[in-house]
Amino acid sequence: MAEPIIRIDNLRKSFGTLTVIDGLSFDVARGEKLALIGPSGSGKTTILRILMTLETISGGRIEVAGEPLFHMAKNGAEVPADEAHLHRMRRHIGMVFQHFNLFPHKSVLDNITLAPILTKGERRADAAARARELLEMVGLADKEKAMPAQLSGGQKQRVAIARALALQPDIMLFDEVTSALDPELVDEVLQVMRRLASETDMTMLLVTHEMGFASEFADRVLFFDKGRICEQGPPDKIFRNPEEERTRTFLRKIIAAGHRV
Amino acid sequence: MEWDWEFAGRVLPLLLSGLRVTLIATVLGAGVAAVLGLVFAILRRSPNHWISRPTGFVVEFIRGTPLLVQLYFIFYVLPEIGIRLSPLAAGVLGMGLHYATYASEVYRGGIEAVSRGQWEAAKATNLTTRQAWVHVILPQALPPMIPAMANYLLAMFKETPLLSAITVIEMMGQARSVANSTYRYIEPMTLVGVIFLVISIMSVFGLRWLERRFGGGHR
Repeated sequence: MAEPIIRIDNLRKSFGTLTVIDGLSFDVARGEKLALIGPSGSGKTTILRILMTLETISGGRIEVAGEPLFHMAKNGAEVPADEAHLHRMRRHIGMVFQHFNLFPHKSVLDNITLAPILTKGERRADAAARARELLEMVGLADKEKAMPAQLSGGQKQRVAIARALALQPDIMLFDEVTSALDPELVDEVLQVMRRLASETDMTMLLVTHEMGFASEFADRVLFFDKGRICEQGPPDKIFRNPEEERTRTFLRKIIAAGHRV
Repeated sequence: MEWDWEFAGRVLPLLLSGLRVTLIATVLGAGVAAVLGLVFAILRRSPNHWISRPTGFVVEFIRGTPLLVQLYFIFYVLPEIGIRLSPLAAGVLGMGLHYATYASEVYRGGIEAVSRGQWEAAKATNLTTRQAWVHVILPQALPPMIPAMANYLLAMFKETPLLSAITVIEMMGQARSVANSTYRYIEPMTLVGVIFLVISIMSVFGLRWLERRFGGGHR
């Protein structure tokens, strides 16, 4: 196997006295599509937030693209990363949020072009051309002048995906991207992600309660419980033939709650 | 005492030249307050306690002491340690500093009203902290603040007569010097009151318009 693009080693994270992630280790191969499932509070969203550097870590080590994420070398020793290092590392990673977090004061097109212009020094015309391609891909070519408030939830989320893609990250993080949507709007977002998964070789990490989508999207499923990986494997094994009692209990509850498997 | 129209007519041009100083002091003071207030608000939010705590202390100190005392201090005490300012400069600095502390509270409220998700989106799209402030946070935080800021501008305008205490010849100072030399108070003081009233009423209409335009959440 080639060098993994993400390497998590003995990661710990606590908020005050509450331990959310407790000695977690796993690797992600370049291009791999990973689904993180588990009960709420099991730490799966926290992992995405840590990878995006929205949270700090309490212990352990993460490498992204062969470089430590929260550490850097200084005078031969390894020290905690400064903001400049974090900023440089963030270029590898993009994220789509549960609540979209579009910039409400900017048009759809400007939402997508803002970061490429500011952070990569792209010319406005080039950034706009690329943004239009992305809008085409997510099926919103006619919405470039719209303001976010004029869009439905599903449309907002598709713009948010285009915004993240515009920076051409190696790794995309999807944090419960359909959880805030009305049921009839879920599919339009999932369709975009399906296309992404099949047409690009981006590495993708997905936190979701859509088990049906997870099983068709993912190469590998990690089931989390209490800040650790309880069970992992290909979707067929985890969803059809789980070994762990806790996995079975979780899947039963999810089905009872009306989620599709 | 009788109202003397002829005297009032002679006083009015003097008062209007004082009004010019009043307006200059208000505009400059507001500029100082707007900029310093933003600086206070941002420093107070710093994750570094060695920055945020002293800033908080300074802000509370300024807000907790009367403007008149501060004006006296700036104009009469600072020269003793070698900082000499003209009356107008001292007045602008004093009013600007004082109102900066109120403005910083308005900024704070406006900045905190921008959701945490906006900071996170800025970070996730790899903007620097400065770029996040300039392109994401402030453009959302500022418009809803405009009515509250305009309110303080009006309040500051009406406090400019305090500047006459440190020898700024603004409208009130003019009125007082006329009154002191002629022993007639009724015309100059009435006119000062009327001029303030007229400008305030016009400003209130402007304020209403600003509230309709920017207040009350999303357009």
